Amino acid sequence: MASLHVLANPARFRRFSQKVLPVLSGATALVLAVGLYLALVESPPDYQQGETVRIMFIHVPSAWLAMAGYALLAGLGAALLVWRHPLAALMARAAAPVGAVFAAVCLLTGSLWGRPMWGTYWVWDARLTSMLLLFFLYLGHIALSRAYDDAERGDRAAAILALVGVINLPVIKFSVDWWNTLHQPASVMKLGGPSIHPAILTPLMVMAAALLLLFVVLVMVRTETEIDRRRLDAAERAQ
Amino acid sequence: MSHTPFIIGAYVVALLGFGGLLVASLLARRRIKRELGHRGLERR
Repeated sequence: MASLHVLANPARFRRFSQKVLPVLSGATALVLAVGLYLALVESPPDYQQGETVRIMFIHVPSAWLAMAGYALLAGLGAALLVWRHPLAALMARAAAPVGAVFAAVCLLTGSLWGRPMWGTYWVWDARLTSMLLLFFLYLGHIALSRAYDDAERGDRAAAILALVGVINLPVIKFSVDWWNTLHQPASVMKLGGPSIHPAILTPLMVMAAALLLLFVVLVMVRTETEIDRRRLDAAERAQ
Repeated sequence: MSHTPFIIGAYVVALLGFGGLLVASLLARRRIKRELGHRGLERR
């Protein structure tokens, strides 16, 4: 926790990310290559879904990371509003579009899985609708943070939305238990452990690791950009 | 119904989404660095 506090200084974060990013980028490429090989070549067809199970290797990690990304936004929102953490606003601006893309990929790949499996691209069940709401929350965060001439006002408004919207995360997670949904219940993150065969679970977890690394790399690159953008804006105002 | 187009479609969506965001992020990074350079604000 103390080391995280040290990184609150944007200049220090920048020096840290410049050291770490090349290693993380290499690890992302390597793990993604292994994950894609396992997902597309090595893993067997599912006994019910057949080859369509391969869509799950993108869809499920995208959903996890879209939710984790929003939890990150809420944490950054709290850090900004409570502690005026200097890096929090910049990192939130960087992370929101990344989370939005992960949510969009989750929705679109889920839709492409639904057509052959359920016979429809979309149903308004609780899981799908709450996931769509998450995507709109991301869009709202992006729009709010850019809606004011004064960037700090935009950052604070977006932080409030992030904190209010975090209530949607347990709704997404437990929607399949609370309501009767077409979407299947949890099969990986549940009490009693995963109910998926290791031949399917292994590529899923490797792809999840690859997409997590990609998420981190994207947020770090974009945070560096936001730090420099703020410097540029300050220089322009000073002229 | 053949499931292959749906599988290919899902991977294309992921490639366009993640790849597009990565390229856009790197281009934005390069643009800002260049702009800072023009103003003599680049960091050592």
